Amino acid sequence: MSDNPIRILIAKPGLDGHDRGAKIIARALRDAGLEVIYTGLRQSPMMIVEAAMQEDVKAIGVSILSGAHQVLVPRIINLLHEKGLGHVPLLVGGIIPENDVDELFQLGVAGVFGPGTSTSDIVSLVQDVVSSNKNKINYSA
Amino acid sequence: MSLTKQIISGDRRALAQALTLIENDDHSSQHILTDVYRHTGCAHLIGITGIPGVGKSTLINSLAKLMRKSGDKLGLLAIDPSSQFSQGAILGDRIRMKDLLGDEGIFIRSMASRGVLGGLSSTTAAAVDLLDAAGFDRVIVETVGVGQSEVDIASNAQTSIVVLCPGLGDSIQAAKSGILEIADIIVINKSDYPEVNLTKSYLREMIDIGSAAQTSGSETQNIIDDINEKLDTDSSIWEVPIITTVATTGEGIGDLFEQLLAHYEHIKSTGEIIRRRHSRLRAIFESQLRKQLYTKLSQMLSEDYCLRQLEVIMERETDPYTAATNCIKHFETNYIGDED
Repeated sequence: MSDNPIRILIAKPGLDGHDRGAKIIARALRDAGLEVIYTGLRQSPMMIVEAAMQEDVKAIGVSILSGAHQVLVPRIINLLHEKGLGHVPLLVGGIIPENDVDELFQLGVAGVFGPGTSTSDIVSLVQDVVSSNKNKINYSA
Repeated sequence: MSLTKQIISGDRRALAQALTLIENDDHSSQHILTDVYRHTGCAHLIGITGIPGVGKSTLINSLAKLMRKSGDKLGLLAIDPSSQFSQGAILGDRIRMKDLLGDEGIFIRSMASRGVLGGLSSTTAAAVDLLDAAGFDRVIVETVGVGQSEVDIASNAQTSIVVLCPGLGDSIQAAKSGILEIADIIVINKSDYPEVNLTKSYLREMIDIGSAAQTSGSETQNIIDDINEKLDTDSSIWEVPIITTVATTGEGIGDLFEQLLAHYEHIKSTGEIIRRRHSRLRAIFESQLRKQLYTKLSQMLSEDYCLRQLEVIMERETDPYTAATNCIKHFETNYIGDED
């Protein structure tokens, strides 16, 4: 059934307290018809991966403005693989210096959004990433 | 191993995936529900409802921590509203349930209401059954923040908790039909706010008047006394307790848990639980009938047929009421024809 809403987790990992960006993204995704599970501030990588597992989301978006992306993103990706959720695309938004973007892609991040990215770009990338990932998810009962 | 066996054996990821299939009404969902049905019926089903912002999620956060101390495994379903315009939703109940992550004895799932107006989503009952079969001792459903009349939770829960806070209105608000009628336990959260005693007395009055209105033949002055006497002597009557809490500090949560256990014991000892199970299953059965009948009807009545009917209605050769009756006749004929 292709018309089921896409469920996505939006999370703020680590200690930064600026969630306006994450809230705007959550709102834009909601207005595009997605179901956004928003978990609030100061989430550890473990909390994010656990929530993604329980909610069975089709994608995870994290907003990082603290500069800790090189620490937090590898931990989230490792935990996703440990929990058998390696197929769930991880998208990263926030203050990510140009020089770090390639490193994040090499870790397996599906998309990086810096300041100024339009919300419509983000929405369509999320939809693309999820629909191209559909075949990989094994739902055999 | 089948998905159902994985769920029964406590595989949390399998449970999460099955919940998605059920929520999306996937073709395999009926198969899963049929398989798990015989494993259901063990959990204590608790509903928590109340207006938006009254503290339902925070209350669950505190209550769940206490329940975990007594060793109960908990399944939580948190429903939030879908947008009428985009069908999207922001599901934010987890923000208040931060203390519950990382505990293997708790499983939290957020669900969007997906167009249903009664405070739940159309697949909540099925999701409750899955959590029940997965072996959780208590399954707690948090409804959408509701207004006055969204009472679907009552037919889904064995114990319904209605959460209010001080300053919401006077005794007439409390006397109206609606969510207060379904309460087995009333919680006044945010009880560190002013006027908590006024709110409590309005609610107490509402409950006393309700009991008095159900009795007849007593002198008006003596009614309340009679009721109190009756409550003291007749253990088959459940007196709805009003509990004051401050969910953020945990104040009063112990009382709530105690009353929750007392209510569960009460409905078990009086046989009320059988009646509640009966009405819950009846509601599920009837909603399945409606749904399957509607699907069948939509399949059989072609778009062309509906457009033709509309044309005739537009021409004023018939009216929408007769046309609907004719549709059903058309359906019956075709359906019976199919069976032959």
